[in-house]
This record gives sequence, C-alpha cells and structure tokens, in this order.
Amino acid sequence: MDLSYTPEEVAFREEVRAWITGAMPPEIRRKAETGGYFEHAETMQWHRILHEKGWIAPHWPKEYGGTGWDVARQSIFQEELVRANAPTIPPFAIYMIGPLLIQFGSDEQKQRFLPKILSGDEYWCQGYSEPNAGSDLAALQTKAEIDGDHFVINGQKTWTSHGQYADWIFCLVRTDPSAKKQAGISFVLIDIKNTPGVKVVPFLTTGGLPSFCDTYFEDARVPMENLVGELHQGWTVAKALLGYERFAISGINETGRMIRWLKEQAAATRVGDHRLIDEPGFRNRIAALEIRQRAALMAQLRTVAASQHGKAPGPESSILKLRGSELFQQSYELGMELMAYNSISWFNDDDVIPAPQHMVPSNFNYLRATTIYGGSSEIQKNIIAKWILGLPG
Amino acid sequence: MNFELTQDQQMLAESIRQFVRKESPVSRLRALRKDERGWEPAMWKRMGEQGWLGIPFPEEVGGIGGTFVDMMLLLEAMGTQLVPEPVIGSVVLGGLPISFAGNAEQQRRWLEPLVAGERSLALAHIERETRYSPQWIATRANRDGAGWKLSGEKIFVLNGHAADTLVVAARTGGAPGESKGISLFVVDGDAAGLHRRAVKGMDGHHYGLIRLENVAVGAEALLGAEGEACPVLERVLDYGAAAAVCEGYGIAQTMLDMTVEYLKTRKQFGVFIGAFQGLQHRAVDMFVETELCRSMAILAAIEVDNAEPHVRAQAVSAAKVQLATGGKQVSQQSIQLHGGIGVTDEHDIGLYFKRMHVLNTICGDERHHTSRYADSPAFLAAR
Repeated sequence: MDLSYTPEEVAFREEVRAWITGAMPPEIRRKAETGGYFEHAETMQWHRILHEKGWIAPHWPKEYGGTGWDVARQSIFQEELVRANAPTIPPFAIYMIGPLLIQFGSDEQKQRFLPKILSGDEYWCQGYSEPNAGSDLAALQTKAEIDGDHFVINGQKTWTSHGQYADWIFCLVRTDPSAKKQAGISFVLIDIKNTPGVKVVPFLTTGGLPSFCDTYFEDARVPMENLVGELHQGWTVAKALLGYERFAISGINETGRMIRWLKEQAAATRVGDHRLIDEPGFRNRIAALEIRQRAALMAQLRTVAASQHGKAPGPESSILKLRGSELFQQSYELGMELMAYNSISWFNDDDVIPAPQHMVPSNFNYLRATTIYGGSSEIQKNIIAKWILGLPG
Repeated sequence: MNFELTQDQQMLAESIRQFVRKESPVSRLRALRKDERGWEPAMWKRMGEQGWLGIPFPEEVGGIGGTFVDMMLLLEAMGTQLVPEPVIGSVVLGGLPISFAGNAEQQRRWLEPLVAGERSLALAHIERETRYSPQWIATRANRDGAGWKLSGEKIFVLNGHAADTLVVAARTGGAPGESKGISLFVVDGDAAGLHRRAVKGMDGHHYGLIRLENVAVGAEALLGAEGEACPVLERVLDYGAAAAVCEGYGIAQTMLDMTVEYLKTRKQFGVFIGAFQGLQHRAVDMFVETELCRSMAILAAIEVDNAEPHVRAQAVSAAKVQLATGGKQVSQQSIQLHGGIGVTDEHDIGLYFKRMHVLNTICGDERHHTSRYADSPAFLAAR
C-alpha cells in the first residue's frame, strides 16, 4: 500500500495546474476567484476548453476519447479542478449517458452520440422521476406505445435537472403495461428540443434558481432506433448507472472545496479584536468536518483504485453517496454559521455582503436536495441493508 | 497510489487470522480477566517465534523491518478476538522509542529479547496532570555522578504492571509545559526504588501504577540526546494512536458482524428483527462508520511512517478522531441492537465495547486530536 506520488505524478500535477490557470477565460477566472455563480453558458464554455485539450472525460476508455490516465492521475486532475474553483461539469452527459452508451449502446448510437457528448455540442438531461414515481422509481407510468418504427410517448417526467438547456433526454418509459413493475420498462433517447409534443417547463427550487424542470410528453414520436439495450430491459440498463452515479454525485470533492472556502472566509472574517479562525471553538468545527471529509475521500480513493484494477466496486463504494451528501450539506451549514447575519442575505447587490459569500444562502437551501436525489438516503440504506448486509425483508 | 496488499502481506494476514481464531478466541480474554498479569508469557513467546513481535524492528535485532501496514494486519486480527497480549504497550510504545532513539548496543540489548518474545516492555509517560500532552511531564531525573536518579509517578502504564523493562520519560531540565528538557531512560523492572501496582482496566487488561523514588540509572540508560526526547515521544505516541485505530477497526468490523448475525437470527413479533427498517438503518449506519474506520486505519498505517512530522500527525489525528466518533458509534449501536443481552457480562459484545473505549482513550481522545489537527500550521496552510 502506498499513498505517495511519483516524481512523474508530481510533474503531471504541475502541468495540470499550469494549464488550468492559463486556460481559464477572464470572466470564468474572476468568478472562480470570488466564488461566483457560473451561468450554464460559462460551464459549457469551460466544457469545450477541456474537450479541445482532450481532458473532458478522463475516465472513459481511451478508444472512446478518454485519456488513459491511471487512478492517481485522474485523482490529481480532479483535485486540481477543485483547487482552481473551475466550473463543475454536470454529470448527465459525461458521467451518466456517455459511459452507459459505451456499455450498452449500438455501434450506430455510439457513433451518433458520443462525439457530440464529448464536444459539448449536444447537452443531456435525465428523465427518470415522475410525480408519482420518486423513491419507488419502478412505479413510473410514462408510456411508450409502438406504432410502426416509432414509439409514441405520453406522460410526465419531473426533477429534470437542466432540462431547459438540454438537447437530448435519456428516459425510462413503460413499454409493456401488463408486465410486473421493473419488467416492462425500456430505456430511450429523446430529442427534447425538436420532437413535437415535448414541452419543458422550468421551476424554481428553494435555492431561488430554476434548477429543475417538468417535462411533458404528448403523443411524442421517437424513432425506435433510439432504444438503448433490449426492449423491456431498460431497468437493467438503468441499474448500471447507479455505479457511475455514486462517483458523480457524492459531492466529496465539492465538500473539500467548501472546506477551503471555510478556512479562507474564517481568516477574512473579523470579530472585533480577532479573526473568527482564531477562535478554537470554530476552528475545531472546521477541523472535525475536514476529518470526516478526509475519511470519505479515502473511501472514494479505495473505490476508484479498485475499479482501476478491474475489480467490482467494494462495499465501501456504496457509502459514498450516503455519507458524501450529508457532508456536503454540513459544509454549507457551517458556512451559514460563519456568515452570521450575512447568512440572511438573498440575492442582493454586490456591496451588501462579501462576494465570496453571495451564493452560500442559495446553495444552503438547494443542497437539501442532495440527500434526496439519486436515491434518497433512506433508499440507499435499504439497498445496503438488503444487498450488502443481507438483512431480511 | 496503491491500496493492494502484497502477496506476502496477504499471507501474513491470513496466518495471523487463523492463529488468532484457533489459539486465542475471545473466551481466552474472558478467562484471563481474573489473572493479575492478564496475558500469558507462553503465548507471547509463540508470537515472538512467529516473527510478529519483530515486525517494526530492523533485522539487526532479529526483526523483519516491516512497514506499519504489516502491523495493521496484526493489530486488526488481534482486535477481532480481543487478544490480550501487550502488542501496543510492549512493541509499539515500549519498543519503538528504543528503536528510534537508542544506539546499536541499546537496541541489541533490549529489543532482541522483546522480538524473541522472551521479555516485555512498557512506556511510562502518563502522569496525573499530563492528560495527553507529554510536555507536562513533571517526573524528575537529577544528575547523580555519571548517571541520574529518577523520582515521580506514572499512571495507567500499558503493560507497566508486568514489563521486565520500562522506558521512563523524565525531566533532566526545563519545567512542566516546556518541550525541552524531557529525556527517556531505560529502567529495569526490579530497580530499587521502583514501586509498582497492577491496577484493573475495564477492558480486562491490567495497567501499571508506578512510583519512582530516587531510582538510580547509569549513563547507558539514556536513550538519545539528553533533554531532546519530546519529538521522539510525540512520534512514538503517533504510532500508538495509529495502532489503536488499527485494532479498533478490527473491533468495529467484529461488532458489526456480530450484530448483523444477531439481526438475522433473533425473532420478535414472529419475525427476524433484521426485517424492521428502523433496525436495518441503524445497522447501515454502523456499516458506514466501519468502512470509514477501515479507510482511516489504512491512511494512518501508511502515513505514520511518513518522514514529514506534519503529514504524519495530521493523518494519525484524523484517523484517531474517526475511531473516537465512528468506532464509538458502532460500539454503542451494536449494544442497542442486541437489546438486553448486550448489557450482560455473559455476552461478548460488552467486552468489545469496553476495549473500544480504551482504544479511544489511549494516545489521545477525540477532543485532543481534533484540537491538535486544528492547531497545526498544516491545517491552515492546506489549500
């Protein structure tokens, strides 16, 4: 066992750090330095910059556009992106549908979709949840009837993150209403922008931003060539995503970024004759959070290393989303405590509170979603209890 | 970056696990609780013959010059059955100061019999007013010709009641609160003026309560440079803390396994109680913390050997806090899920609970390590 970096890896870190610094456009750099909110267009601008460098999807197999980096280099790359406060690339395209198409897609589908996923020319969202299918996802009712060489789709998806920006949506739809729950579901790709009968309606979250959408389908005709995997086998396809999701949405790296913010802001926050960071009580709370994050990070490294060696993810991988989402929330709770009266501020002009604090109250609200989306904490616990601990019921 | 055990390490782990299961099941600790030594010299000898007591020591003294990951494998396996032999007290805390600070002659003289399992050691550093910080040591070592005379009191010395030889921390200069002036001396267990009592610990182990009254030692007893032992002591205590986390992980994993087994076999209301979601979720909370304890035991085992003191200390403190919070939670929830039987002396789960508390206390508790982590220059410098 060895945690150290080789001289080549240290040199690689230097290379990545220097490149990120040089590659950031001025406006993105300004926001990165002050903790500003990245508009979607800015995130996609950064996506294209990473793509031109060939670094947008390091974890993909090399023949599909990955970098061929080992676990250490992938970790270093992620650490450096977080350190630089670069815009976070959303998981839907690069972490979810891309790897899934590599595993289950036809050759035609791979050629049609993967290059544009990498380039950012086509942006994706996820259509799983419905108003009456949340934790009980297999209760989904959006139906797809076969008419010639098309599916005709009717129903409603909700919690569609970034639906308003997306060109495509990957959906679970019911293709066999007579089959039992999981058995009659298929996985289809839908052109969300250009298919008549598809309507996307953004709605505000408690974070004050339109982070989610409702997506309505009314007699939407989708070519059957957009089916991924076998007909009625969509549940099997979707289940494979759970593995990717655990990495993509654990929030453990982002929590590390917030901890750094906490240290910087606690050092910048004056309380009469001293700084907040000088108070042992507050310093210890940041330390306790950092220690918990470090433990989760070690579990994440072990998971990544196991997958690197071609092993199935160990039991430690199943805790990443569960613990990571809690830590992410706790980091913002501590941020709000740090801000004191400033934590009340809600999207005010730049002179009201320090710029790096501006988005924290919004995120504090929005991040309550992290223990709910991607399988709520309670669902995660049910899964671990049944499949890892082997408990009855 | 690599988390794989070598083939040698996998074989070592397997042979220790088998030995422990067969030769020292938890019933052995239960029986030895009544014994004033609390462990058996014959078993110590066998562990020496296996080479396990020499893992962290160089080949010159008969050791195998292993890494602390090798020690992790030993300690983790000992935790699963609560093996009472004093590996932390004698090998880690007693042996490492001699290995780190002793000259070749001192190492040969005191480590060879330890590695062979013929003798045991102890580190006497805790006093009534030190809590976890060695700079508050008050025991005096006054010059006496070419040697010194030691006077003071040491409490809860791991294996201090039984050790053939003690490493004693005492002041050759400076005042309590100062790092400078602390020295380490090797003291014979039979030395005149050394009074010791075996005091009982909740984990069934015994501890030494030691009074030194003008105990005379010669020049050859001094380990390293006079007055410069505080960094050595801090390093040794980091090894002790890392060792506690490794054994503690073995305990957490065992308590989780015992509890899951109980949930699958205990029936109430006509069903196995493991079918109740409220209990399942508690068990999952235990699972999460156990996995994090394992991750941090690995971190501590790797980084305690790091030559950079800040890296070593931060990793060990983080790991010790994980055991003190997560490991404690596992131990508490396992009693809760066992119900009434969990608080009887007859059931083994309570023995594990008690040892977990001891491991969470020795070499620094949650508060101590959280503060040390937060007060380190490395904490605020980390970006």
